[in-house]
Amino acid sequence: MFIVKNRIIFYILSIILIGVSIFSYFSWGLNYGIDFTGGSSIEIQPISTSTVVSQIDAKKVLDQNFKDAVVRPYGENGFIIKTKEIANNQDVELNNKLASILPTHQVSRIDFIGPTLGAELKQKSITSIILVLLAIVLFITFAFRQISYPIPSWKYGFAAIIALFHDVIIPIGFFSIMNHFVGIYEVDALFITALLVVLGFSIHDTIVVFDRVRENLRISKDKNFENIVGKSVSETFIRSINTSLTTILALVAVYVWGPDTTRNFALVLIVGIAAGTYSSIFIGSNLLVTMARLTKKK
Amino acid sequence: MTRTRLWAIIIIIVAGLLGLYLKNTYQTKPFKLGLDLNGGIHLVYKADTSKIAKEDVGASMETLKNVIEARVNAFGVSEPIVQTEGMDKLIVELPGINDTQKAIDLIGKTPVLEFSLVEEMYGTVGTSTGTTTELFPTELTGKYIKTARVEYDGRTNKPQIGLVFNDEGAKLFADITKNNIGKPLAISLDGQVISAPIIQAEIVGGQAQITGSFSIQEANDLARGLKYGALPVTIELIGTQTIGASLGIDALHKSINAGVYGFIIVSIFLILWYRFRGFIAAIALIVYTILNLFVFKFFGIVLTSAGLAAFIISIGMAVDGNILIFERMREELKRGKTRFDALEEGFRRAWPSIRDSNISSMITAFILYTFAASPLIKGFALVFFIGVAISMFTSITVSKNLLLAVSKKNK
Repeated sequence: MFIVKNRIIFYILSIILIGVSIFSYFSWGLNYGIDFTGGSSIEIQPISTSTVVSQIDAKKVLDQNFKDAVVRPYGENGFIIKTKEIANNQDVELNNKLASILPTHQVSRIDFIGPTLGAELKQKSITSIILVLLAIVLFITFAFRQISYPIPSWKYGFAAIIALFHDVIIPIGFFSIMNHFVGIYEVDALFITALLVVLGFSIHDTIVVFDRVRENLRISKDKNFENIVGKSVSETFIRSINTSLTTILALVAVYVWGPDTTRNFALVLIVGIAAGTYSSIFIGSNLLVTMARLTKKK
Repeated sequence: MTRTRLWAIIIIIVAGLLGLYLKNTYQTKPFKLGLDLNGGIHLVYKADTSKIAKEDVGASMETLKNVIEARVNAFGVSEPIVQTEGMDKLIVELPGINDTQKAIDLIGKTPVLEFSLVEEMYGTVGTSTGTTTELFPTELTGKYIKTARVEYDGRTNKPQIGLVFNDEGAKLFADITKNNIGKPLAISLDGQVISAPIIQAEIVGGQAQITGSFSIQEANDLARGLKYGALPVTIELIGTQTIGASLGIDALHKSINAGVYGFIIVSIFLILWYRFRGFIAAIALIVYTILNLFVFKFFGIVLTSAGLAAFIISIGMAVDGNILIFERMREELKRGKTRFDALEEGFRRAWPSIRDSNISSMITAFILYTFAASPLIKGFALVFFIGVAISMFTSITVSKNLLLAVSKKNK
């Protein structure tokens, strides 16, 4: 089987991607949104669609008037003004200020997250990540409890977890790199949600492949583990690609036509699901083979 | 055989009827939309429960909720939401309101009403010698107010506040007035003396007027604040979200567009790849969409932009069951089984994977919902969970019966 035979190549590709992601994370980090840092984010949009002021001029005016804030373009013609300050009750004031400095625009959204709430969001995100990982390990161990030949069932769980780390590290690295080189790619509560969905989805793919291994182990006459895994991967290959593809197609629709709030969210999911599909086809099942070989050698 | 045909027809008819229901109730019973699609204000408060005994926290939060609910209702917002979350958080949602400052004032400000006796003091204060006045607060405060309302002065027609004390307050008021006849009684609001009438006689019956230079609006706000009383715990505003109505509508339109295009792209893919069976799967997908929308409407699920994204993603994922089955069918056909048998076998064999993988998604959704840090995520998790659950039903029951109903002929 092509995929199993060439597993070293696929491992290397993954290791490179993970290496780059980890490098980027530690050298450039992530751009955390106010969900985690606390502060205010003010979105302003043009009042009518036929704005006379150019984006560049508008940004200049905003930069001058909001000195302690970061101003960046958002959506088609809007801006986001990000400050550390509290803007929980300044909508009237802000609108008045805008009316005098940039009358073509108005405030369309203000988010304010106090430090207490920010800390809580962080705490809750961490809790849900840990719980999801735990639930997945338990679930896999349970689902594959009957298989013990030629490797014990917990090793299926182990292979699946390695694949999961792969799927989470890559979108994180992607956002770190994009934020450093391309533009502002913020990490917010929705980003974490997307990662958790990727975890669920990727495990879903991995389960389908492992499930086939389970079945082929039972019915196949050829008892060579490597061949069985290879057969299982190629049998489920099209299915894995196609289900991911339909989900990614739906996500592309959200990315292209959907509202600005969920655009980055869709992007994380697209990257994560692509990574997840790759890992369940090329990494998870190959790890089973590698582990079986290592056991034999002992 | 006739049975599967019958089932197929029943499914189509039920889906059609539900679709019709959705269409007819489009105006009369619209979908519930979250603030990010509707515009409005979302406020998150943290209550300081540190001074309250642990067993009383629940009751205090409930009182807090009731007081704030009363204040919000007096504001005249349509369908406000006031709810407690966790041990010490209070969420207030005001759809269609854009003036955050006013909302915060209305919810958070308790007018502190105090009655103090005024004593003139002789002596030296700092460098100046002479007469100073000093306030001696009495026990009587806004706490003892039963009701408050706006009245108009008979002569000047200026608004004033009419107070009625409760029994305890009435007694205090009577004592104070009895013992201090001829002295001024200062009435202060939020630490500011607004009037200091001279006590003429003992006042029994527990009624009082506050006169001052109020506008009608101020008098109304004050009366309302006094009537609904103080908050049982102090609260701190820890997060707000204000979303303009036009932004909400724009997000809604974009979400709908994304949904329609997403559906079309996924259907085209299915038909191109799986041909006739893909076409059946696309029909099953229509049934899926209708069922989902029906559940949203029937159970009043609040839809947010993230929730709609979840729904669109779930359209892509709902196909998964079908694809698993179709790929299985292909294999069984290759092994020389008849179309009908291949179909039965495909469904039977694909079921364990469909079940296992959907359960893993539902676990994720459940955890996300329980630990959701914001309404956006909660909305996402709920819709995602519903979508996965319904997709298990449609990909098995609906597409199976539809395919069985049309497949015998091609045998």
